[in-house]
Amino acid sequence: MKIIDQANQEALRRIIAGEPILVDVIPASQAIAELADRVILHSGPPIGWDRMCGPMRGAVMGIAVFEGWARDLGDAATRAAAGSFSFHPNHHYGAVGPMTGMTTRSQPLLVVENKAFGNRAYCAINEGLGKVMRFGGNDAEVLDRLRWLREVLGPALGRALREMGGIPLKPLIARGLTMGDEMHQRNVACSSLLLRQLAPALAQTTKDTQALVECLGFIGRNDQFFLNVAMAMGKALTDPARNIDGSSVVTAMSRNGTDFGIRVSGTGDRWFTAPVEMPVGLYFPGFSERDANPDMGDSAIVETIGLGGFAMAAAPAVIGYVGAGRASDAAAFTRSMAEITVGTNPAWTIPAMDFAGVPTGIDIRLVVETGLPPTINTGIAHREPGIGQVGAGVVKAPLKCFEQALVAFAETMGAG
Amino acid sequence: MCEGEGHVEAAALLTVPPRVINIGLELFAENLASQGAQVVHVRWSPPAGGNSQLANLLAKL
Repeated sequence: MKIIDQANQEALRRIIAGEPILVDVIPASQAIAELADRVILHSGPPIGWDRMCGPMRGAVMGIAVFEGWARDLGDAATRAAAGSFSFHPNHHYGAVGPMTGMTTRSQPLLVVENKAFGNRAYCAINEGLGKVMRFGGNDAEVLDRLRWLREVLGPALGRALREMGGIPLKPLIARGLTMGDEMHQRNVACSSLLLRQLAPALAQTTKDTQALVECLGFIGRNDQFFLNVAMAMGKALTDPARNIDGSSVVTAMSRNGTDFGIRVSGTGDRWFTAPVEMPVGLYFPGFSERDANPDMGDSAIVETIGLGGFAMAAAPAVIGYVGAGRASDAAAFTRSMAEITVGTNPAWTIPAMDFAGVPTGIDIRLVVETGLPPTINTGIAHREPGIGQVGAGVVKAPLKCFEQALVAFAETMGAG
Repeated sequence: MCEGEGHVEAAALLTVPPRVINIGLELFAENLASQGAQVVHVRWSPPAGGNSQLANLLAKL
């Protein structure tokens, strides 16, 4: 139908026309006014304590202790079960979060502003690898790191970014794609490029030398530091494409470890959900698929803008990390995602594909017609709370979400 | 095509190694390839995996 094609071209235009700038790091309570005491934002579509998976519960317990809303983890679990906390998706408040995606009032949030449309989006700072809250970790080491992020790194990053006037992300991503990143499971290049830009301003604005050393070291040791920046950028780019009448383009894909949810431009902010799938991938020594939790996190926002699994051809090295086949298979992932997208992004190109733009703008009609689900690169959390990451892999978005969305979309178009 | 030419071409199929384009079920292509046949597989499935309700909606959209 021509009207749908035109609406989809408008959605694609808005995503591509975005001008995302990393402008600041501020406390979540300043970024999101609704973040009152005992309000906890999580990844994925809406979910209550009773249906949360192990790592999500572990993260909730940890963040409640971190915020001073519970004496200890046991007390936090009791309070959560009693309904003391108010749970909402990050996506409902202009935010995203990796894996469990905990966002609460005192955490520092990265702020990405889309200068072309004037909107902002937020994401917490990446904690590094291993035992971390985004994978359900919640012991003293995890909480101490969160305190350091809140009291040292967050304020330092905020000062540096304000001093610089922000960092444009579009050219940084373009460069990262030529250096082997896909911005989901491989962020080595973009993390390094970001640090290269940040370091002088950090040095200029951080008076405490020991704190400066810690900040530079923390970012420099973390290959995935840029992931959370890319996620906030993804949210900032997709939000202007929401609520376009007649558009069947996906504006969000997200998982809470129990349900996978998508939102579609033409059906507003309604979620279409289905049981989340188990990633297929490689496990760290000592772990196997028996330990794995199903797919989780708001990070699939990067696939929604054509990165991650959609840009696999740019990052053949990531194929080995996520156990998705041979390096020569990488291009096939990107080519197949081009079959379910409206167009390509000329600003983000892949050298190994003769500088073709990354496939962008997932059309639910094409997903249902071809039966090709979006491919998402992802980390794998242990299914029990408090343990952390056990591997990395690839997961398919459940087709059922897209089929439900198609039926609802057809009704909005008077074709149901 | 001249009369009789088709018969000649069909007969040739039996005297030269097969060159196959396989559409749909990949297993057929894999079996041929495992026996050394030259085969190109085309991934294809009915729209919406054969779900007629969804296929009808797609036709309207």
